[in-house]
Amino acid sequence: MNAAAVRLDRIGKRYGAQWVVRDVNLSIRAGEFFTFLGPSGCGKTTLLRMIAGFIAPDEGLVYLDNQAVNQVPPWQRNIGMVFQNYALWPHMTVFENVAFGLRERKLSRHEIDSRVGKALEQVSLKGTEYRRPSQLSGGQQQRAALARTLVIQPRVLLLDEPLSNLDAKLRVEMRLELLKLQRHVGLTTIYVTHDQEEALAMSTRIAVIDRGQMVQEGQPREIYEQPANEFVADFVGQANLLSGKVRAMVENNLTVELAHGLKAEVSLQTLDGSTRLGDIVLIGIRPEAVRLIDPSTASPGLNRVEGTILASAYEGACVEYEIAALGKTIKARVTNPKTKRVFKPGEKIAVTFAAENVTLIPAKLDEAKSRLEEGTAEQ
Amino acid sequence: MAFLLAILIAFILYPVLRVLWVSLSDDEGRLTLIHFVNFFRRPLFREALWNTLWSGLLVVLFSAAMALPLAYVLARYEFRGKLLLQTAATLPLVIPPFVGAVAMQLILGRSGMVNQLLTNGFGITIPFMEGLTGVVLVQTLHFFPFILLNTMVSLSNIDSSLEEMAQNLGCHGFRLFRRVTLPLMLPGFVAGSLLTFIRAIDDLGTPLMLNYKNLLAPQAYLRITTIGMDDVDGYVVCVVLVILSLLALLAARKYLSLAEYATVQRAAPPMRRLQGKQLMLVWSVIVLTLGISLLPHIGILLLSFTKVWSFTVLPTTYTASNYAEILFRAPHFVINTLRYMMLAAGLDIVLGAAIAYLLLRTHVVGRNLLDAIATMPLAIPGVVLAVGYLRVFHGWDFPGAGGPLTSSWFILVIAYTMRRLPYTVRTSYAALQQVHVSLEEAAQNLGANRLRTFMKITLPMIAGGLVAGGLIAFVTSCVELASTIMLVPRIELGPISYGIYLYMQSPLGRGAGAALGVVAILLVSCGTYLTHRVFGGRAGNAFRI
Repeated sequence: MNAAAVRLDRIGKRYGAQWVVRDVNLSIRAGEFFTFLGPSGCGKTTLLRMIAGFIAPDEGLVYLDNQAVNQVPPWQRNIGMVFQNYALWPHMTVFENVAFGLRERKLSRHEIDSRVGKALEQVSLKGTEYRRPSQLSGGQQQRAALARTLVIQPRVLLLDEPLSNLDAKLRVEMRLELLKLQRHVGLTTIYVTHDQEEALAMSTRIAVIDRGQMVQEGQPREIYEQPANEFVADFVGQANLLSGKVRAMVENNLTVELAHGLKAEVSLQTLDGSTRLGDIVLIGIRPEAVRLIDPSTASPGLNRVEGTILASAYEGACVEYEIAALGKTIKARVTNPKTKRVFKPGEKIAVTFAAENVTLIPAKLDEAKSRLEEGTAEQ
Repeated sequence: MAFLLAILIAFILYPVLRVLWVSLSDDEGRLTLIHFVNFFRRPLFREALWNTLWSGLLVVLFSAAMALPLAYVLARYEFRGKLLLQTAATLPLVIPPFVGAVAMQLILGRSGMVNQLLTNGFGITIPFMEGLTGVVLVQTLHFFPFILLNTMVSLSNIDSSLEEMAQNLGCHGFRLFRRVTLPLMLPGFVAGSLLTFIRAIDDLGTPLMLNYKNLLAPQAYLRITTIGMDDVDGYVVCVVLVILSLLALLAARKYLSLAEYATVQRAAPPMRRLQGKQLMLVWSVIVLTLGISLLPHIGILLLSFTKVWSFTVLPTTYTASNYAEILFRAPHFVINTLRYMMLAAGLDIVLGAAIAYLLLRTHVVGRNLLDAIATMPLAIPGVVLAVGYLRVFHGWDFPGAGGPLTSSWFILVIAYTMRRLPYTVRTSYAALQQVHVSLEEAAQNLGANRLRTFMKITLPMIAGGLVAGGLIAFVTSCVELASTIMLVPRIELGPISYGIYLYMQSPLGRGAGAALGVVAILLVSCGTYLTHRVFGGRAGNAFRI
């Protein structure tokens, strides 16, 4: 199997007494598209900058191709980085910008010319060589920055929220282009973003970062479908989180008693051995897994609760609802609304969800318990 | 770092502390306040202190009255001839105040142009130039551009959305100005006023030229030069001057810290076009204000071509021999000036850039101390620094100078360098701040080490700011008299300002002195023009993403 291109071993960084990154262990294989995902200020950019060498970790080691590089200055690491603001030098032309790294490497003029030409072609910027960065559009600047980094053939490519300054449509386009390019070159890539959709769409693996710590690491589907904790469930996509007491267990099927005495059937793919009868657990239901039906319609099964529409927002591809039910606000997303009725605020409806669409979220017992008590107190 | 700190301590901190120490110690080296008590016991000194304070405040007040309307119009309106006016508005700075003093004597003095006309026409005279009035008048006309320029910068830095937001909420007209614009431009205005005040109380040349000695700066000068280096009263006056400057700085600090607001700028406020009657009105106000402020220039130009001019409205005989005198018979004043100023400006650029880099890009311990000492000269009058230098470097052989530092021209270069260092530190700091760290990191990421990153990325991007700072240092050193007059070791080592002072002592030399004044004005104008070219069209904008 591939050797780890980048490995972080118990990395920590603090400012004063405040740890901004703590105890992060990671192994990124060659050719991977790996994403650090988290809200702003979670430490993901700090992690990236420690790999690039701009910040020295206070704890732990950074390995590149199995060599510890903590002592290696940034200019000797041969790691390409694309900055969030692109950091194109305004006093140089596009050509000079892209040629910079090659000139630093003292390549022949001939080789510089041909490699810069190829790099610009790769990002479809042929013909802009003698323009200044300020004469390029946002998307072009972004590609110029990418070309400048790719041209030195770095061993790892670091991307710091490179799409965040582009408008929505361009962002999706660039996302696909970037992905094609990465797969084509086969370059190990580390991507930093707070946009969960971007992360899910592009990555081979994702590390979710919360307050300086890595809370889950896995493939996009694992992250979305089996969130490791409440934070991940709520940050990656939305989730309706409910707590309850396990009343029955048959193989991978549980019956969880929620607030108001409602019994929810939960059907899991796997169940770790730790869950026991009588435990307080947290379950999560994605908004798109929630179905809304007319309350007069009969529906079989236990996973049904009556509620009132609080708000609805028609978004074209779907309708977003907020529903008062179980003493909380339940979010629902009804896709492809063209053939369906759009409920109005105040309407009574019934909320149902399939047992197999429910996830069990490992939560700290105390937290789940207090949630349950909150729920009961509200009755 | 240690090297920089050593330089700054040796040439700024230590001399000033020595002055302080002399004023605070008695003959046996014990700490005492007796000298200060004596200071306040003497009516002469009490009056000098009061005069200094009062004239400083008056200068600020009158300058503000002149500068504020101009600043608003220049910053917010677009009209024909604006560039010309903008340049004209900086011209008062290019004339050394003491040269202006002489010129104003010719125009407004007891037997000057205006009073001649008045006597001829109405048989009266108006004592414009007598005593403190003259000092305040000359200083106002010279220093008001400080307030003008600083306020203009503040005004044009106000993000237009801030005013638009207020308009959106229903605020407009004078109310908008009072509640939003005025508070936002206050930092620039206060900075300008502070500078004006400090420079006014520090100004030695104007009172000397007008023969009004009852101010602190001339008192310190007279004490040290006539009674000698060991006269404690001179030192006490120096310390009082520093305290005044520091108090002004302290009073202004609250407003200066607000400056950060204004610099978070996205869109410059829109320029309104002026046409028709409005334009006429604005033009006439501006022409009137600037016309008065350009009086000294006209006077000095006339005088430089004059052979005989006494008790008449205009000179009676014209000549070019004054220029022959200063360019051929005694060219050393001009040559010395060029040499000293270029050296000082060059040193300032290097020191300023190094200090700014340390402040912004490193976390070296002691950089705040460095910053503090480098800013000190703003509040230290030239007289004080000069006295400190005389005290410290007198009788100490400087390596390479072949004698005490005070008997070589190096001392002048050092004094100019230190006096103007705050300017280059500031401009370098501002320029470096514009360079986003990621621009440097990107270079390092692509394989350039620190030195190469600095040479290829940072330096080209801050060059404009460095040159501008250097030019400011050059320009302002040209008109520096206070420290020059005390530190010039020999006549033939004196720069232009010293030459003017010498020539102006005798009625026969006034023409040559004026000719030197014109040369100084030309030098400074060139420097100022170049500064505008470097910053020109907001050169910084081309360097922004």
